[in-house]
Amino acid sequence: MADKLMGKAMKRVEDPRFITGTGNYTDDMQLPGMVHAAMVRSPYAHANIKGIRTEAAKAVPGVLAVITGQEMKDAGVGGIPTGWLHPGIKLPPHYAITPDKVRHMGEIVAAVIAETRQIAEDAAALVEVDYEPLEAVTLGSKALEPGAPQVHAEAEGNVCFTWSIGNKDEVDALFGQAHKSVRLEIRNNRLVPSAMEPRASLAQYTKASDEFTLWTTSQNPHIHRLLIAAFILGIPEHKLRVIAPDVGGGFGSKIYQYPEEIIVLYASKKLNKPVKWTARRSESFVTDSHGRDHETVAEMAVDADGRITALRVDTIANMGAYLTTFAPAVPTYLYGTLLAGTYKTQKIYCHVTAPFTNTVPVDAYRGAGRPEATFLIERLVDTMAHELGMDPAEFRRKNFIQPDEFPYQTPVALVYDSGNYEAALDKALEMANYKALRQKQEELRKQGRYMGIGVVSYLEACGLAPSALVGSLGAQAGQWESALVRVMPTGKVEVFTGTHSHGQGHETAFAQVVADELQVPVSDVVLIHGDTGRMPYGWGSYGSRSAPTGLSAIVMASRKITDKAKKIAAHLLEAAPEDIEHVDGQFRVKGVPDRSKSFFDIALMAHLAHNYPADLEPGLEATHFYDPKNFVYPFGTHIAVVEVDPDTGKVKLQNYTCVDDCGPLINPMIAEGQVHGGIAQGLGQALLEEAVYDESGNLVTANFLEYTLPRADDLVQINVGHTVTPCPHNPLGIKGIGEAGTIASTAAVANAVIDALRPFGVIHLDMPYTPEKVWKAMQAGRGMPQAAD
Amino acid sequence: MAEKVKIRVTVNGVEHPAEVEPRQLLVHYLRETLGLTGTHVGCDTSQCGACVVHVDGQAVKSCTMFAVQADGCEVTTIEGLGEVGRLHPVQEGFWEMHGLQCGFCTPGMIMAAADLLNKNPNPSEQEIRHALEGNLCRCTGYHNIVRAVQYAAQKMQAGVAADD
Amino acid sequence: MYTAEFTYHKASSVAEAIQMLQQNPDAKLLAGGHSLIPAMKLRLAQPPALIDISKVAELKAIRLEGSTVVIGAAATYHEIASNDQVKQAAPILADAIRHIGDPMVRHKGTLGGSLAHADPAADLPAAVLALGAKMKIQGPGGSRMVDAADFFQGMFATAVGQGEILTEIHVPANAGKQAYEKFPHPASRYPVVGVAVVVGANGVQAALTGAGEHALRLTKLEQALAGKPLTAEAINAACQGIVSPDQLMGDHNHSAEYRAHLVDVMAKKALLRVM
Repeated sequence: MADKLMGKAMKRVEDPRFITGTGNYTDDMQLPGMVHAAMVRSPYAHANIKGIRTEAAKAVPGVLAVITGQEMKDAGVGGIPTGWLHPGIKLPPHYAITPDKVRHMGEIVAAVIAETRQIAEDAAALVEVDYEPLEAVTLGSKALEPGAPQVHAEAEGNVCFTWSIGNKDEVDALFGQAHKSVRLEIRNNRLVPSAMEPRASLAQYTKASDEFTLWTTSQNPHIHRLLIAAFILGIPEHKLRVIAPDVGGGFGSKIYQYPEEIIVLYASKKLNKPVKWTARRSESFVTDSHGRDHETVAEMAVDADGRITALRVDTIANMGAYLTTFAPAVPTYLYGTLLAGTYKTQKIYCHVTAPFTNTVPVDAYRGAGRPEATFLIERLVDTMAHELGMDPAEFRRKNFIQPDEFPYQTPVALVYDSGNYEAALDKALEMANYKALRQKQEELRKQGRYMGIGVVSYLEACGLAPSALVGSLGAQAGQWESALVRVMPTGKVEVFTGTHSHGQGHETAFAQVVADELQVPVSDVVLIHGDTGRMPYGWGSYGSRSAPTGLSAIVMASRKITDKAKKIAAHLLEAAPEDIEHVDGQFRVKGVPDRSKSFFDIALMAHLAHNYPADLEPGLEATHFYDPKNFVYPFGTHIAVVEVDPDTGKVKLQNYTCVDDCGPLINPMIAEGQVHGGIAQGLGQALLEEAVYDESGNLVTANFLEYTLPRADDLVQINVGHTVTPCPHNPLGIKGIGEAGTIASTAAVANAVIDALRPFGVIHLDMPYTPEKVWKAMQAGRGMPQAAD
Repeated sequence: MAEKVKIRVTVNGVEHPAEVEPRQLLVHYLRETLGLTGTHVGCDTSQCGACVVHVDGQAVKSCTMFAVQADGCEVTTIEGLGEVGRLHPVQEGFWEMHGLQCGFCTPGMIMAAADLLNKNPNPSEQEIRHALEGNLCRCTGYHNIVRAVQYAAQKMQAGVAADD
Repeated sequence: MYTAEFTYHKASSVAEAIQMLQQNPDAKLLAGGHSLIPAMKLRLAQPPALIDISKVAELKAIRLEGSTVVIGAAATYHEIASNDQVKQAAPILADAIRHIGDPMVRHKGTLGGSLAHADPAADLPAAVLALGAKMKIQGPGGSRMVDAADFFQGMFATAVGQGEILTEIHVPANAGKQAYEKFPHPASRYPVVGVAVVVGANGVQAALTGAGEHALRLTKLEQALAGKPLTAEAINAACQGIVSPDQLMGDHNHSAEYRAHLVDVMAKKALLRVM
């Protein structure tokens, strides 16, 4: 048998189509008779709609329909539901087209359908909307102030929900006894996900069968089908097929049920024509769910030995104008439960208030809750280490959960299954040459140069998720994953997964594993995903779940295939099934290697069933629904080195080292690519990115001229390492790697910047660390006694 | 509707006579009229570079040029750069070095990188990063894109050496 | 992502373009289109007609005429920056162009287009101001020359009148040592502050772009260094409070105060390079 493919840096099978321009993204599709939608969007953040006049738009030649919210409401189209509930949560209606009031800039007030996109856009400009502008509120804490503008009548004081975890009295008591405590006010900046492919949807209605097909930019087509069929359009679930073809990045932003998908479906039936809508980037900025946006007061207490005793956290998590699909889960179960990090903190209390505001809805964005938690913990840890006069790496080491303490029950609900945090820290310190870096930092300071070193030892919980557990926490969905492995008569293998690949390379990595399991050439395996018409029910890709949950289902289904194949081989070889071994791609009788059948022989006979066990069904395919026993817990240490230009305040990344532990690697090349990209996004949050609203609720950073995405010259080559601590509860021991880079890097870069600014007396600054902000902090600190110049 | 304009554009070696609305952008002519959907649209402010093609041998953003302006020009798109079996070294580099994930920025990125190597066959890492300033990627952190361009540069240099 | 409708007119000579402008008084000239087309796509500009001058041969030429480098208004950034005469006789243009946009922008964008558009955040206005260039403007009644110092009149406003075309930029050749330094906006990469300096027979000539409503000469800096040997000490002393924040624009990322500080920093960097 050839070497195992798991662990091999195989080139990706999806790449030939992408590098030759033959991928198939939603906007690439053209259907006969297809017409186009353009949305009329509110320029106001908050306004009553007093009237809409559509005559001028309808009079444009080529315009087929102008659709309003009232029309869709009258037609019985329901609101968009949310998929995660908390006790007492307020659920104001969220219509695809608002019938009466706009609550954020960019909200849809009408849709124009026309023969061409040009005509649709021309006519959209002619729809006259009579707005009565209202005062807007965009910051969460402002929305909670008495007298703040009311976003929804249903949510008094704009409170969508409150949530807490831990025992406040016990935590308060530990703070009372603390040797030292530190307190930070932390603003976790609002981000715009900005997948490079703008969202697009194409709907086709087939009158003969009363069926809809929706091609859409989605990370989870089954969730769309369920929400649209059961809650929004009220049609039988089997009358809607949702296909997510090639999707150009998601990062969370393509999980959610968006209004435009509903509008094109509605219009396709109304006009009996395929209807396509593709976002302009300017629309993406004001419609794709944003990420982060927390205002937090966070405190940490230590005892006289420098051991963390308690954490107290109070967070305002801005929900935006409406609740999108998983919004309530992000600042709660993906955040508060992560606050132990890698440390043996005795008690933790976290309270979250989630207000509505006149902003784009906020939902999961790469990392989703975990970057916010990690940032808070790791900023506190660094601040405390500084207070105690300890090296930040050593303070971490002192507080780590130890390898022999797993499974480890944290004070915030999670049970960590495995980990070895010190090993990752040591490896990263060595790779980064940490001691030498500290010496260099000292020397440079003497020259008036400000280098900073940021260390982060993160942990995350991913591989969503044990269904019963998340159900008990408010999820309105299961979180298992499905797989169907189908062997054809020629021995070729189709693998169907409910996860979706939009850059993660599943077509390659998953095929590698199946090829190993079935001992067939990897070129004989094809992964099929993203089509509710072809695969069993699945929950899609987010929360770094595709490998630990989706691939585990595939492995289990593959093992069912092998078990059945052994039975067929036993029959053909006139041996007992338990005497059949699967070696070198052959099913053979143990001890008699020349008595064997190939995978092809078995596949063919499974379909012919001419010479076949009487008690066995013909065919060779298997389905498995895999419900994980726990989350998986990747961890690692990242070290960022930056230098701050004292003249301009500009922060430049100098080098970056990471050691991640995601268990055994399936394809190291792909895993490392995930880490590179994640680090870039985290660095973006720390240094460059922020969605800024002005007082009227206008998004100031509403395009790539104003919103700073990291570019090639903002990054450096990244020094990547791994440790391997297998997950004890899934078949391959694998953990997720899609979000780890982002979870760690924001805090690592932030710690590095603050470390660089220590001589200026800086304790904390809000992200992003723009040149002016940094320069002003340096100005304020110049002349302080510890300033090196 | 404004009067249509007759143009002749050679795309990937094939001449196309066409009548276009003046306001049709080159990228839409390529994608919608010719069906060459490898050239993508990622923004509406000429920032992202997903739409980069070569016009008369120079990399340009096809979203910031009307089709009428390409009258009489030679246009090369990603589809014309190379295909499986005879890939351009930059395409090969992106495949070998994992220079792409979701693939959406990739055609523009490859066209921009190919233009760089036409002008500067042996760029430093900093020159590569500077030359790709007009191409946004949200997946890769640019790490492997840089390596892909370096791979292509070496491969092209080796090719030149072999031809000597 | 569509512009509003317009009619398209392709000019083959300056005379024809001027004639087309007379027939379409609200038309916009299309050269590189890299300011105009993005504005049209966002429908911030909706000209009823475009006159394409990008292929007019007489507007593309770059030539040395005695002690002047004459650059056709429709010469692209790339053509200018890779022209040997420019590189030798007016290197600041190549220096500034290196940092404009990205290679794709430089392949299409033109010097004349940038100057005539007079975006406060364009790079090259500072360079032509510091060089003391002259602009040739042609109209139905003939042509006239305008000093760069009189050319930029406000935000998006220049000396080019209705029905006129900026046809050539006359740049003094070998005007002295020259450098351009910019602090780019992190997203757009337009200059938040760009400072051009030329140090030659006329002493120090310096100009600023990006920070104010239009590009302007830094006369205070020029005077501070007038008649002095250009030493590090002199430069340090002169680059303190060159402009007052209340002369400058501010936004959420870069306040006027910070921009004023950056003017000092960029001017110093540029001057130290030519010292």
